[in-house]
Amino acid sequence: MLLFLRRRFLFFFFTYLLSSLTIFFLLRILPGDPARVIAGGREATAEQVAEIRAELGLNAPLPAQYISWVGNFLGGNWGDTIAFRGAQNYDLIIERSLNSARLAAVALLMSVPLSLVLGVIAGLFENKLPDILISLLTLSVVSLPEFVTGLFLINIVALRWGSSDLAQSLGWWFPSSSAVRADASFGEMLPALWLPAFAATLVMLAYISRLTRAGVIEELKRDYVRTAALKGIPWRTVIWRHVLRNALLPTITVIAISISWLISGLVVIEYVFGFPGLGSLLITAIERRDLLLAQAIAMVTVTVILFANLFADIAYALLNPRVELA
Amino acid sequence: MRSVRVSRVYAAFKRSAGAQLRHPQSAVGTLAVAFFLVLALFGAQLAPHPNPNDQSHAARLPPTLDIGALHLGEHPFGTDRLGRDVYSRVILGAGSIFRIAGLGTLISVLAGSALGLFMGYQGGWIDEVIGRVIDALLAIPALLLALVLVGIVRNLDFEAGSWQAALADNVILLVISLLYIPIVARVARSATLDIRTREFVEAAEVRGESKAYIIFREILPSVVPSLVVEASLRFSYAIFLVASLGFLGFGARPPSPDWGLMVNENRGGFYQLTPWALEFPALAIAVLVIAVNLMSDGIRRALQKGA
Repeated sequence: MLLFLRRRFLFFFFTYLLSSLTIFFLLRILPGDPARVIAGGREATAEQVAEIRAELGLNAPLPAQYISWVGNFLGGNWGDTIAFRGAQNYDLIIERSLNSARLAAVALLMSVPLSLVLGVIAGLFENKLPDILISLLTLSVVSLPEFVTGLFLINIVALRWGSSDLAQSLGWWFPSSSAVRADASFGEMLPALWLPAFAATLVMLAYISRLTRAGVIEELKRDYVRTAALKGIPWRTVIWRHVLRNALLPTITVIAISISWLISGLVVIEYVFGFPGLGSLLITAIERRDLLLAQAIAMVTVTVILFANLFADIAYALLNPRVELA
Repeated sequence: MRSVRVSRVYAAFKRSAGAQLRHPQSAVGTLAVAFFLVLALFGAQLAPHPNPNDQSHAARLPPTLDIGALHLGEHPFGTDRLGRDVYSRVILGAGSIFRIAGLGTLISVLAGSALGLFMGYQGGWIDEVIGRVIDALLAIPALLLALVLVGIVRNLDFEAGSWQAALADNVILLVISLLYIPIVARVARSATLDIRTREFVEAAEVRGESKAYIIFREILPSVVPSLVVEASLRFSYAIFLVASLGFLGFGARPPSPDWGLMVNENRGGFYQLTPWALEFPALAIAVLVIAVNLMSDGIRRALQKGA
């Protein structure tokens, strides 16, 4: 176990190092001058550019720039925000990350149980009608870009059905925009969260349910299932006590991987719904040429994904005694 | 002996065509993709108003399309708030999405296969190092990397006509290639690892053939089916990415008839005025993406079973 943990951590640090190098050098290797971009492109004067160069430390040698950049990142010193006057990158990103995390949590709470149930049903009825129906549903839903489903939810569900008498009498909220106050509590945000979270659910639904289906089908073919059935154990018990237990274990990894999908999807969904999360902040940062903010957001995202993968691997190893730990 | 393997590749393609027909959903998908390809190639001839920014029509006309009566009418998909024919713009928009997604897929499959074949055959520390770099790159979500890259390149200042300016004009194409080369390389590498220990490769090594000969003439033909499957998958993701970038305002610039851009330009308050100007390009994106997915599903089913 210790050896496994050591190798896994080594891999984690190596990947982290490489992706941070990628993010850092994206701004350096491209032809052109990042200082000029930040200063305002074509209209910037030579003095403005020189000033920003000095401010960003762009005159130092590249390795030194990289080390000081990493040091600043780890120390929470992410610089001033250019896109919003008077804000600090660190505060802004932490606030937006919390909003995105709330949205992601609601999306995971909706999508994981739903896709597990759909995947298990499809797996138990392999190539029969329920399986075919579920495959068709998930395939067509995952094929749609997030902005198409998002706009559909806003224009049809929120605006058209939301204003119907039935929806009004049910007292449901159908928010067409998820712009929420920055200091709103989770409970206050919930009505604004469920529609974008549902759009994000559709992104992950097919992926998780397909892999769950494959896991169930694989387990059903194992010898122990036949043995249990021949011993006279009721089929229901075989499924619940044996098959599902083994088939659902890999989904831990699947959920961790789908977090990377979720983050990409959330960029578009937050933009469509006007939700103040990390993804919409990234788009604003790039539109307003705030490269340092974009860089910090990219680093935060990569950190989240790498940690999610690390925890998933460790949890999987702890739960599954068959995993080769050496 | 080589001709035996070449004909095996050929048989795989024939099997693929047969399987496409046996599964109605993949046949429908392939037909729909072919339909969009025709639009992409001959859009300028097929569109009733070949100039996408022809504003000479009345603005905000509702669609005249009548599916029941098979009647197109003057403006089948209506006109947008600037008086542009939505039907013509949707037809003309097929070209750019096919060109960017198709070329991007082609570049990344060619370069990625070469890299993956080399890694898989060479092995050793080179393979290890490149493999780890690829793992690190793949930890960054594709859309994020694409947004940052496009955002930077767009704001750089280049002399008109220089090679950098040409690069900046095709930044989406560049981004797709860069994003998908590592993914294709990984697939090509693992396929190569299966093949390199086969007898015909060993025989070529004993004959003293060059490395390039062994990689491209001996190994490549056996790897082609997996590469075709991967190419079709990459194409469907590329279409998705081009549409998403266009929608986010990082693809084609107004007033080009880009589907994603058209959806974005007509959402919000404009949706109440001219819902059709949003709905038809969105429908085109949805149908194309589903069709490409169905087609690549069929290709995968046909080639992976017997490969």
